[in-house]
Amino acid sequence: MAHTQQEVLAGLAELVNDETGIAAEAVQMDKSFTDDLDIDSISMMTIVVNAEDKFSVKIPDEEVKNLITVADAVNFITENQD
Amino acid sequence: MHRVVVTGIGATTPLAGDAPGSWDCLVRGESGISTLEQDWVAKYEIPVTFAGQAKVLASTMLTPQEAKRLDPSSQFALISAREAWADAGEPEVAPERLAVDFATGIGGVWTLLDAFDTLKERGPRRVLPMTVPMLMPNGPAAAIGMALGARAGVRTAVSACASGNEAIANAFHRIQRGEADVVVAGGAEAAIHPLPISAFAAMHALSKRNESPEQASRPYDIARDGFVMGEGAGALVLETLESANARGAKIYCEIVGGAVTSDSYHITAPDPEGAGAARAMLDALEQAGAGITDVEHVNAHATSTPVGDIAEFAAMQRVFGKHTENLIIGATKASTGHLLGGAGAIEAVFTILALKHQLVAPTINLDNQDPAIPLNVPRVKTGLSRPGAIAISNSFGFGGHNAVLAFRSI
Repeated sequence: MAHTQQEVLAGLAELVNDETGIAAEAVQMDKSFTDDLDIDSISMMTIVVNAEDKFSVKIPDEEVKNLITVADAVNFITENQD
Repeated sequence: MHRVVVTGIGATTPLAGDAPGSWDCLVRGESGISTLEQDWVAKYEIPVTFAGQAKVLASTMLTPQEAKRLDPSSQFALISAREAWADAGEPEVAPERLAVDFATGIGGVWTLLDAFDTLKERGPRRVLPMTVPMLMPNGPAAAIGMALGARAGVRTAVSACASGNEAIANAFHRIQRGEADVVVAGGAEAAIHPLPISAFAAMHALSKRNESPEQASRPYDIARDGFVMGEGAGALVLETLESANARGAKIYCEIVGGAVTSDSYHITAPDPEGAGAARAMLDALEQAGAGITDVEHVNAHATSTPVGDIAEFAAMQRVFGKHTENLIIGATKASTGHLLGGAGAIEAVFTILALKHQLVAPTINLDNQDPAIPLNVPRVKTGLSRPGAIAISNSFGFGGHNAVLAFRSI
């Protein structure tokens, strides 16, 4: 069953919190993963792989560099989930 | 050459989660060895079913993110280093004058083998991106360096069970030479994993006393049958005497020697004549400007293997001759098991506390002392009587590594 945008945001925020300790509430659509949330590339890859499992979606490596903001990730996942 | 003093100590061991607690258990003659309850023991039919597991779970002393991003060896290292740093009063030192020398014998073996399991079961994409920095043997030193902001150099000695002592010796020398004012030094190990246990058991290095784990580590006893694996870490804060005095720091003692030699004899067996180990002890005393009769206490390597304990005795006889019988020996692995790369570090902590309290902790499980090793190994806590005397701590490792530290009250 497809997840709504709101569900994806909440789920992604949980993954970010789990990996980095950043408060889930801080993970908002307009935030940049690197500039605002200070997430490094290694954490980002872990979050991406965990997101693939959580949302039954494939996020190709070459796509990850385009996921600048939380909204980028939420939209990609919402549009590409099985 | 700068004089170097110990101003902070930390440890997380099979006895307790900190240095004072570990010492208290040691003095009470307790054992930190217990049966392994993990399901992999039965699953793989591991022939040795006990070990010295860290008394306090590392994850309870770290943030969830630290625990997630650090191999257990680095977790123990960071916990002991933070304790030592706090104990030293968090010295204010320029980052360019602060260094780390922190050892491990094996490195991130849990991370490596977990990652291989993940690869086999779930494929390469599921292998954690943090795998390499977690498994590398310099991981513990790097974690401490990052946590404390050390920029004078973060180094890792890797010399099997001599690693912890070698790291502390390296720290001592670089402060002596003026390359750093403060160094956090020590060693960590977290190898209570089915593979290392199986491998050590395959070479018949481990005690098989499965039915009575608390009695399994019995250095110098006639019925000793191998060492007992332990896990944890020990850490020291070393600094120049000038630095310690300038900030009015509490000083435990002075480190006056740190010597490293090699046997070039056999990859695992000690030289039965103990020549290399003896040279390490003599070199440490020479660095201290001390004679053999200045030594009152020895924290022996004494792992409880049949050949190792006797070879160390032979080495002591080479060094001390008739004075050997006057030495008050502590074999603390009887209580903690053998922490491999962490062993020298926690034993340095115990040696330092022996000097501080002028007290040698009892060596447990010594029911029938091997007549071939007529050392004075007290079974009850025993006072030291010469406040200016030297205490040395021995560590030897596979590969023929010998590393000896010498301390003196100040």
